[in-house]
Amino acid sequence: MHELAICQALIDQVESIASEHHAREVMEIFVEIGPLSGVEPQLLEQAFDIASAGTIADGAKLVIRSMPVRVSCRQCGAITDALPTRLVCGVCGDWRTQLVSGDEMLLASLEFTRDDDEQTCSHGVQQGIEAGR
Amino acid sequence: MCDTCGCNVTHGNAPLLQPGGRFEKTASGHESITVLRNLLHANDHAAAHNRQHFERHGVLAINLMSSPGAGKTALLEATIDALGGNFAIAVIEGDLETENDAERIRRHGVQAIQITTGSACHLDAHMVHDALHQVDLAHIDIVFIENVGNLVCPASFDLGQQRNVTLLSVPEGDDKPAKYPVMFRAADLVLLSKCDLLPVLDDFRPDHARRHLQELASSAPVIELSAKSGAGMDAWLEWLLAEAAALEQHSGSLAAQSTAASASAP
Repeated sequence: MHELAICQALIDQVESIASEHHAREVMEIFVEIGPLSGVEPQLLEQAFDIASAGTIADGAKLVIRSMPVRVSCRQCGAITDALPTRLVCGVCGDWRTQLVSGDEMLLASLEFTRDDDEQTCSHGVQQGIEAGR
Repeated sequence: MCDTCGCNVTHGNAPLLQPGGRFEKTASGHESITVLRNLLHANDHAAAHNRQHFERHGVLAINLMSSPGAGKTALLEATIDALGGNFAIAVIEGDLETENDAERIRRHGVQAIQITTGSACHLDAHMVHDALHQVDLAHIDIVFIENVGNLVCPASFDLGQQRNVTLLSVPEGDDKPAKYPVMFRAADLVLLSKCDLLPVLDDFRPDHARRHLQELASSAPVIELSAKSGAGMDAWLEWLLAEAAALEQHSGSLAAQSTAASASAP
């Protein structure tokens, strides 16, 4: 269950970006997860509730986009869909392929609200970080 | 996947980087920012730092991964004995509990640092960094990092190693690469360990293990060996020494570049 460690790293990044942009509240967090990243989306969701508690991401919606597994063939050049356990070319069947999508483990984007009063905002973020530690 | 060379931009998320895609207002009036950064950005940063340390000292760092009981420690014991003091070796041991493996290694006259992770199922770059504080890299040729026995979690964490070596022991079955694709895709070398058991566990077919690896588009070499009987150890040592020599050449050219750079500086 390394998803908790990964989720804590996600929250750290969200906190730092939110602070940088003087966010008041983080509404939505978009992540991209490929089946070959080693991260199980369902476990990430469960870990998110624990890791986000008391942080600026507390109450934010975690949106997980599952990425397709796609390979590029080094022999025939085709780019095709593949299975996580069978990364062979969908056209010529050769095994010498390169993964072009499917191992993503990315923080894609954030949605947040901002106060015009910067002092209030950064204060709010600071409280969130301290409560989370 | 890193955050520097653009390899985190895939077919799936490339449209986000089109003009106007980075920072904008959403329909609901919230601010939105595109980040596209690896979730383990902080770990990757620490791993890059470790890698720099290793390379600066010309140290070959090998991350050994496998399920529990596949024979990582036995392989290290046999490797240390076979190298017979020709290389200065240090071992970082990762386990949830106990100092048992580090003690086994120390009995062979090699420095071993035990990391006990408590409940964590993997090593991360920060743990390895802390352990490295106890190692004098200037006098070391090879560092083996024996990861926590686990075919899942360790695959996701870069430690700063130069090479990943994954063991698949005969009693585990030859379809492990198909069951744990993330782990076996990460391997630069796969060792089929405990091959002395092949005559009794004849349902393990090394050619099947190789086929499963190929289906993961892996071009990693596969070596059949037994640390117990010594069979196949030569091929493993040959691979190891070739890697050490390649690194020495790489570190030498890095050092030459930095000397040339400082010589040409005003």
